[in-house]
Amino acid sequence: MPIKQPIIEVKNLNFAYNGNVILEQVSFRVEPGDYVGIVGPNGGGKTTLLKILAGLLQPQSGSVIINGAPLRDGKTKLKVGYVPQRVAQDNSSFPATVYEVVESGLTPALGLFGRFSQSDRQAIERALKIAGIGDLRDKLMSTLSGGQRQRAYVARALAAEPAILLLDEPFVGVDLYAQRDFFAFLKTLNKKQRLTILLVSHDVDMIATEVKSVICLNHGLLCFGRPKILRADGVMNSLYGKKITHLHHIH
Amino acid sequence: MLEIFHYNFMVRAFVAGIIIAVLAPVIGIFLVVRRYSLLADTLSHVSLVGVAAGIFFNINPVLGALVVSSLAVFGMEKLRAKKKLFGESVLALFLSGSLAIALIILGLSHGLNVNIFSYLFGSITTVNSGDLWLISGFGLVVLAVTSLLFKKFFLVSYDEELAQANGLPVSALNITMMLLAAVTISLSMQVVGILLIGALMVIPVLTAAQLSGSFSQTLRLAIIFSLLAVIAGLFLAFYLNLPSGGAIVAVALLLFGASLLKNKRY
Repeated sequence: MPIKQPIIEVKNLNFAYNGNVILEQVSFRVEPGDYVGIVGPNGGGKTTLLKILAGLLQPQSGSVIINGAPLRDGKTKLKVGYVPQRVAQDNSSFPATVYEVVESGLTPALGLFGRFSQSDRQAIERALKIAGIGDLRDKLMSTLSGGQRQRAYVARALAAEPAILLLDEPFVGVDLYAQRDFFAFLKTLNKKQRLTILLVSHDVDMIATEVKSVICLNHGLLCFGRPKILRADGVMNSLYGKKITHLHHIH
Repeated sequence: MLEIFHYNFMVRAFVAGIIIAVLAPVIGIFLVVRRYSLLADTLSHVSLVGVAAGIFFNINPVLGALVVSSLAVFGMEKLRAKKKLFGESVLALFLSGSLAIALIILGLSHGLNVNIFSYLFGSITTVNSGDLWLISGFGLVVLAVTSLLFKKFFLVSYDEELAQANGLPVSALNITMMLLAAVTISLSMQVVGILLIGALMVIPVLTAAQLSGSFSQTLRLAIIFSLLAVIAGLFLAFYLNLPSGGAIVAVALLLFGASLLKNKRY
C-alpha cells in the first residue's frame, strides 16, 4: 500500500518573539482532506502557528512542508487560503461590498498590472455560490451579521481555489446558532470540496464534536489525534494548566 | 458669465483645478478608509519646507515641494515600519517639525518678495504655464499608476495582513501610495493651498461615503463632488475675490452637510 504524502508536514518548529518562546519543537502531519481543530490556552501559540502556515511569520528554526515542497521557498503549487481573526480589526466604515471583498481574494494572482479575466469572474461566482452568499453580493460588508461576514471572508479565500483553508477564531462575535450553521458549512467544504481545513478555536467542546482531528497546543504540542483524545485523562489539565470542567452547549 | 475664461490665468487655474479635483479623491479614498487622513495634512506641511527651499534657492517651489515631500515619505514609512513610535506620533513629528523648518528657511529668505499666503491658502493667479505642464504631466503619472495598482491598493487598505499572507509587497505598495499622495499635494498647493489640500482629499470621500453602496461607487461620487467643489469654488474665488482654497473647501463642506441631511443615519 503506497504511503500517502501529507499535505502539511511541520517539523521541529520553533518560534520566539522578543525572547519569549511561543512555539517549541512542534511537529505534526496533516493528511489531505483532514479537518483539524487547534485548541489551547491564550498565548499558547495557536495564532502564531496559523500565521506561520499562512507564510506571515518565519520560524526561527524547523520547517513547514506543503505537499512535499518547503513553504519558505514559495515553490509549493498548492494555494493556502487564510481567514484571519476578524471582528476586532473589522473596518466597519470601509464602504466595500461583499463582491468587492471576495474579488480581492484574486488580486494577488493578478501580476503587477493585471486585470481580472472571465475565468477569474467565474471563480468569484463559484466562491459566492459555495459560501451561500450569492444574494448578498451587492450588500455592504458593514451591514452583514457576524456569520454572514465570516462566510464572505471564507468566500474570498475560496475565490483563489486553495487546497488548504486556515481559519483563526472564526466565531468571535458570532452567535451560537450562526456558529452551528458555519460549522455545517465548513463540514460541507471539507467533504464536498475536499478542502483540508485547520481551524483555531477556544471552544473546545464544539471542536470536539465537529472536527476530524485535534491539535492541543501550549507552546509545545501536547496532543494530536482524533477528538476523543481531549476526553483522555489529564489532557485538558495539562493543556490549560489547571482543573477544567466541561460545560456543554445547550442546543 | 463666461468672461471668466477671457483671462488666461483663469483658464490655467481651471485646467489645473480639474486635474487636482480628480487626483485628490483618487488618492484620498485610500487615506480615508485606512484612517490615515492626517497623512495628507502632514505631507502638505512637509511640502511647505520644499516651497521654502525653492524660494530660498530660487528654483520652482512646486518642484521643491515634490522632492522634499517624497523624501519625507521614506522617513515616515521607515519609522512607522520599525514601530518604535506610534503611527500617529510619526505624523505629528513630521507635521510640526517641518513647519518649524519651513519657518526658519522663510525667515532666512526674508529679503525676498514672496507672497507665502498664496501657497498656504491657494491663489488662482499663481499658476503659470510651466506649472500647468508640471501639474498635467505628474497628474497623468499619478492617475496611471493608481489605476494600474488600484486593486492592490484596495486589498492592502482593506486587509494589510491578508495582502502580506498572499505575497503582495505591502511595504512597497504603502510607500507608493504615500508617494502618490505627496505628489498630489505638491501639485495642488497653488490652487487649493498647502493648509487646505488635505480637506479636498478627505471631504469629498466622506461626502460620497454617506451616499454610496460600494467602494467603486464611493470613488466615482467622490470625484464628482470634488469636481463640483473645485469648479464652483474657482467661480466664487474669481467673482467674490476670495482665496481659491478657502472657496473650494467651503463648497466641499456644503456638499458634505447636504449628504448628512440626505443620509438618514444621522
